[in-house]
Amino acid sequence: MKRLSKFVLGAILPMAALIGGQVSAKDYADMDFSGITVTVLSRPGPVISGAVDARGKQFKELTGLNVVVEELPYSELFNKILTDWSQGTNSIDAAVTSSAWVPELVDMGLVANLEEFVQADTNLKPEDITDYFREFNQKVNGDTYTLTLDGDFHMFYYRTDVLNRFSQEPPRSWDEWFAVAEAINGKDMNGDGEPDYASCQFKKRSAQNYFVIMSVAAPYLQTMGTSQGLWLDTETGNPGINNPGMAEALRVYKKMGDYGPPDELNMDIADIRSMYLAGRCGMLIEWGDTSPLALESDVVRNLWGASQMPGSTKVWNRDTNTLDDCNPTLCPHAEDGINHSPFGAFGGWSAYINKNADPKVLEAAYQFFSYMNAPEQSNYDVTQGWTGFNPYRTSQFENLDNWLDAGFTRASAAAYLNGLKESLNNPNFSSDLKIPGAAQYTSVILDRELARYLAGEISADQMMSNVEEGWNEVTDDFGRDRQIKLYRGMLGLSAAMN
Amino acid sequence: MNTSEIAPNKDRPGPVAPAGSLFSASKRDSAWSEWVDRQSRTLFISPAVFLILVFSIFPLVASLLISFTRIRPRVGGYQIRWVGLKNFKKLFTGSEQSHLLGTMEGGISLLGWTAIIVVAALLLWWLYRYVRQEFKVVGFIGRIVTTAAALAFTILFATTLLSGRQFGTMPMTLVYVLFGCSLQFLIGLGLAYVCTQPIRGRAFFSTLFFIPITITPVGIAYQWRMLADMNKGPVAPLWEWMGLGEFAWGSLAWPARSMVMISDAWMWIPFIFVVMLAALETVSRDLTEAAEVDGAGKWLIFRDITLPQIAPVAGTILLIRWIEGFKLVDIPNILTNGGPGIATETLTMHSWTQWRTLDFAGSSAVAYTLLFVSVVICVSFFNLVIRRYSRRQ
Repeated sequence: MKRLSKFVLGAILPMAALIGGQVSAKDYADMDFSGITVTVLSRPGPVISGAVDARGKQFKELTGLNVVVEELPYSELFNKILTDWSQGTNSIDAAVTSSAWVPELVDMGLVANLEEFVQADTNLKPEDITDYFREFNQKVNGDTYTLTLDGDFHMFYYRTDVLNRFSQEPPRSWDEWFAVAEAINGKDMNGDGEPDYASCQFKKRSAQNYFVIMSVAAPYLQTMGTSQGLWLDTETGNPGINNPGMAEALRVYKKMGDYGPPDELNMDIADIRSMYLAGRCGMLIEWGDTSPLALESDVVRNLWGASQMPGSTKVWNRDTNTLDDCNPTLCPHAEDGINHSPFGAFGGWSAYINKNADPKVLEAAYQFFSYMNAPEQSNYDVTQGWTGFNPYRTSQFENLDNWLDAGFTRASAAAYLNGLKESLNNPNFSSDLKIPGAAQYTSVILDRELARYLAGEISADQMMSNVEEGWNEVTDDFGRDRQIKLYRGMLGLSAAMN
Repeated sequence: MNTSEIAPNKDRPGPVAPAGSLFSASKRDSAWSEWVDRQSRTLFISPAVFLILVFSIFPLVASLLISFTRIRPRVGGYQIRWVGLKNFKKLFTGSEQSHLLGTMEGGISLLGWTAIIVVAALLLWWLYRYVRQEFKVVGFIGRIVTTAAALAFTILFATTLLSGRQFGTMPMTLVYVLFGCSLQFLIGLGLAYVCTQPIRGRAFFSTLFFIPITITPVGIAYQWRMLADMNKGPVAPLWEWMGLGEFAWGSLAWPARSMVMISDAWMWIPFIFVVMLAALETVSRDLTEAAEVDGAGKWLIFRDITLPQIAPVAGTILLIRWIEGFKLVDIPNILTNGGPGIATETLTMHSWTQWRTLDFAGSSAVAYTLLFVSVVICVSFFNLVIRRYSRRQ
């Protein structure tokens, strides 16, 4: 009997660990999707697509739906979806990709409207999804087109042990950041006797560098809430990039490099992650993966604290085009005179469905993604670093239990979740660019000119001027009026312009 | 047997159709079969020609047309808008100028002007010599094109590199091809020459030098990325011991370019080595031995006997290497993503980056710019060096 109990436990526990969470089996018992296959396209695993595949197997046991995950390199995902759906090939039924791509696909009439499904869905609990992800990430023009699986935005992380050792408080502004950096740079942070770095940041060209500059720039550029926007003028469509606020952000971003590894300009996110997991970094800007990933490190497990991104005491005054001190009129959402604007970098991996998929496939795909999005499943998935999913539901950062089960200590879980809450509850949360040609605006023009500026090839003024010129060309190429309309829709504004 | 020698006889079968003919012989059938025989070569190569037309020429023409448009996928097809030379204007004089050519504001330095004047003078003298000695209209037009291109590239380098400013993807590609590939050729030739000498381990080194070319370019790029990692790569302790542990080659323009050229050289030198080894081994030993007996030194023997005999092969292999060099994309993409800034970005990378974001027209414009540059350089080299030398032989 003892041997049998041991066997049963030995067999069941790993399976429980694999599937995780508490399954609401009764809700899905009535669904029969036997004989139906949903082909889902996503990036190479195990991150993201591995999690989709694992949940797909589980959903198959419940409903009979066959979920087939196809993987493509990240840089080819959007091309594949756009050409597959627009040219009528329709070999892909659904996709889990950046939500920033969805508005363009919606505008072309390629994405299924999920609003009716969501209204009738009793498992989804949309009120539990934070305002930003529910209203700005999942909806286009007021209707739901995607289901969030991953809440991507940038947070600021700091080594709690290092800051304590040198009597430093987590910086709330960029001025404070430099003071902390000065105090901890060059100190040994992992006990190997070698000097380490106050800051580690991925700055390699074509490796997501452009997300970080916007995270740094957001508090200088946006003060009036999410609907003000960072990127373009909501009336004229002109770029909001060539101004004193951006100039100051560029100065700060470049100076951060003085406290980082000498080869930072050639380091991508994988290089930086291996550095901070080896304990060589004091502070960094990253997505929500840092603390869960740190659980896998013997050196920095439970040593990373998190907060919303540092803000600024000076902001861009759009009326006078000057850099002014924060005041209640200019910065109504400032905290202690500091304007924060956590940046929804990348938007997050979200699920959406081909409008021209077979109706049965469409329904089955929706139910599968609803299952993944539901708290019973997603609240577990976001605690596992390997899934690549980060929190986006209020219950995910108010309930410590799943985090403690994942290996967090109470203190580190509280610090991490506090950073999430601070960020997601900030009414001045800034949105990533989600209009047609977003990749050209950001990963081509902004990324390239930023790389040139950091490498010293061009000045900040030249950088901003080049970006402004390039962005205006893209806007005119796609049609200025159309871009303005879609940009306003992205920010939750009406289409009418003053 | 010639069918005309057979006398017609009712008891004898008629003239036998010649071997290879498809039809039996009658007067009309004979004319038809002769026509078919004459066309048989065309018929047999037509499928291959058709495939080449469909998969090479048609895309070439289509992409040229695309470069004069703005094209975007839409439901059920593509939205195409004719814009003429707008994409090219954007590249050469518009927002992409500094990306393609480099930073050009600020005038030309004294060194730059010196280079322009010297090169212009040399080119004019060369044209003058041609006109005086062997003028032909077609040759003169070709030389005018070559002169214009050489002068344009000189002005480009004078305005950017020689004036202390960053240069863009076009001059960067020219550096990789003209300098990098030529250096690869010299090293490959040198190694091949050493392996023709009676030294110990010759066979072993010949095999060893050949191995890198069997590895894919992506594999080589990742391999060098690991080897060049000063912090955590497999050779990091060696770099630390040499004092290079903090050397940020990826953050500095010329070290990053050098690393790309080293990786590319490591892959392609074996190719040059193999071909030049075969060429060197065909050089007549009688001539070299006779020269040695006459007291000629090794350098004199190489210059006056060996080099002229291997020159056609050497010129051809250098041309092939240049053509391949223009397509360089995998190594800089993996090592540096074209950075720092745009320091290691090639024209092919430039085109690919545009294509990746569905800017097909912009991508085609860059690709055709690359095609024009590579054709001018390679055809000039072929006509002025290879063909000229072959005629002398």
